[in-house]
Amino acid sequence: MSYSNQEILETLAMIQMENLDIRTVTMGIHIADCRRDSLQATLDELTKKITRYAGRHVQTCQTIEQELGIPIVNKRLSITPVALALPGFSSEEYVQIAVRLDQIAKDLGVDFVGGFSALVHKGFTNADHALIQALPEALSVTERVCASVSVASTRAGINMDAVELMGRIIRETAEKTGERFGIGAAKLVVFCNPVEDNPFMAGAFHGPSEPEVVVHVGVSGPGVVLAALKNHPDATFDEISEIIKRTAFKITRAGHLVGRIAAERLQVPFGIVDLSLAPTNAIGDSVAEILECMGLEHCGAHGTTAALALLNDAVKKGGAMATTSAGGLSGAFIPVSEDNGMIAAIEAGALSLAKLEAMTAVCSVGLDMIAVPGSTPAETLSALIADEMAIGMINKKTTAVRVIPVPGASVGDHVEFGGLLGRTPILEVSPFSSAKFMQRGGRIPAPIQSLTN
Amino acid sequence: MNNTNQQRKQGIVTVVGIDRIGIIATVSAALAEYKLNIVDIRQTVMNEFFTMIMVVDLAQAAHTLKDLQSKLAEIGTEQNLQITLQSEEIFHVMHRI
Repeated sequence: MSYSNQEILETLAMIQMENLDIRTVTMGIHIADCRRDSLQATLDELTKKITRYAGRHVQTCQTIEQELGIPIVNKRLSITPVALALPGFSSEEYVQIAVRLDQIAKDLGVDFVGGFSALVHKGFTNADHALIQALPEALSVTERVCASVSVASTRAGINMDAVELMGRIIRETAEKTGERFGIGAAKLVVFCNPVEDNPFMAGAFHGPSEPEVVVHVGVSGPGVVLAALKNHPDATFDEISEIIKRTAFKITRAGHLVGRIAAERLQVPFGIVDLSLAPTNAIGDSVAEILECMGLEHCGAHGTTAALALLNDAVKKGGAMATTSAGGLSGAFIPVSEDNGMIAAIEAGALSLAKLEAMTAVCSVGLDMIAVPGSTPAETLSALIADEMAIGMINKKTTAVRVIPVPGASVGDHVEFGGLLGRTPILEVSPFSSAKFMQRGGRIPAPIQSLTN
Repeated sequence: MNNTNQQRKQGIVTVVGIDRIGIIATVSAALAEYKLNIVDIRQTVMNEFFTMIMVVDLAQAAHTLKDLQSKLAEIGTEQNLQITLQSEEIFHVMHRI
C-alpha cells in the first residue's frame, strides 16, 4: 500500500478526534472599482461584483470539504478596506454599505465578510473619519460584517488620536449591542502592522497591494499539536520544537491542498496559507493547553511567555517548510474566550491581562477576545490599545486588540458570546486612570531602526 | 462539480465497527456494485474493533464521490459501521513530500 496504516490513521485521528480543520477559505475581492456617483448605484455594483466572483464560493468549498473529508468551518470574504475603496460617503451611508455587505454575505451563504475597515496609522481621511463614526451602528445592525482599524505601524508610529477615538468607538459599539453582551465589539479589531492577506476574522481585509481577486486559506489545529506533544511527555525543548514543526508541516500541507483546489475550481489565483493555531471551545483544541503540556501548571504561570515563543516560532518554521505560500498571520492565536485552557487559567487566578499582554509580544497577534467590565472608561480602553500597539510597533510585528467592554458586567461575571466566539470570565483592568495620557493627542513617532538593544 | 480532476483517482475507504461475520463481504460487494476497484486492502481487529483500510481506484466509479460517500454512509448506518471515503490527496500531501 502506498501509505502505512499509521499514516492513514494519523490523518483520520487528526480530523476526527483532534479537531484538525480548515478554519476558513477566504476569498479576497478588490472593490474599489465599485464606486459610483450615488450610494444606490455603488451598492448595486458591490452586489454585482462580489456575487460574480463569490457566487460559487460556498458550494465549491463544500464539495472540497466532502471529497477530502476535512471540515472547512467557515467560508468568508474579505474586501478592500471600505474607507479606502469607497470614499466620499457620510457615516449614515457607510452604515448602508455595511447593511448591504451583510445582505450579500447572507445571500451567498458566507459566514463573514471582513474589510469594513480604515487604515489610519498615519492619519485620517474624511472617509476614514466617517467610516469609524459609523462603526457602532454598522456593527449593531449587521451580523456578518467584520471591521478593523489600523492605528499604528512600525514605519508610521502610533496615531494616538485614532487610539483615543477607538476607545470611545469600542465602548459605544459594545453599548449598542448591550443585550447581546456587547458582541458588536467582538467584530472589531484595532491593529498595529496589519497584514494584507489575513484570512482570519475579525481582522481580514483585502489589502491595497493584493490582486483583483484571490483565495486564501486559514488552517487551524491546536488540538493536533497538543495530541502530538502529549505522546512525548519527557521531550526536551529541542524535541518539542521538532514535534511542533513536523505537525505544523502536515497541517499546512492540508491547507495548501485545499487552497490549490479551491483556487483552481473558482478560477481565481491562490493567495496564501495562514497557519494559525486558532483555538476553539472544543475539548483539547486549546493553545493554553499546549503551553501547559510543556510543564506549566496553568497558562499564565512564569514560563508561559517562553513556551509560547517556542510554539509560535516552531509553527512558523513548519508552515514555511510546507508551502512557499505561507502568509497571513501564521503563528499561535490567544483569543481568550475561544480557548478553554485560557478560561480555566483565568478562573484559577493564574492568568491576568498583564500576562496576556506579555504573551502578545511573542505570539501571532494580540489581546484577543478579552471581556472587561462594561464600566471601563473609554480612555482606559484606549490606553490598553496604546500599550498593545507599542509592542507591535517596537517589535515590528502585527499586534491587535479585540476587547469587549461588556455592558452591565463586572469582574467575576461570565459572558457567553456563542458560536466560535465562545465564553469568558470578565477580566480585571487597571483601576488607575490613563485619562490625562489619552487627552494629549498627536502621534507617537515611528521608532528608530538602529541601536536595537 | 468538477469530477475531471485527473489527480483525484484514488480514494481511501476506512471501515470501523464491532467485529462480526461478513463485514468485508458487505463492504466489498458494495464497492464492486459502485465499480470501485480495490487496489489494496488491510484489515485488523483492535480491542474488538474491526478496522479496515482500503485504497480504491475511482477511475471507473459509477457515481460521483459525493454520492458514493452517502451510499457508503447508508450502508454504515444499516450495518452499524463507520465507513468513510476520502480522496487520497489529503493523505498524499500530509505524508509525502
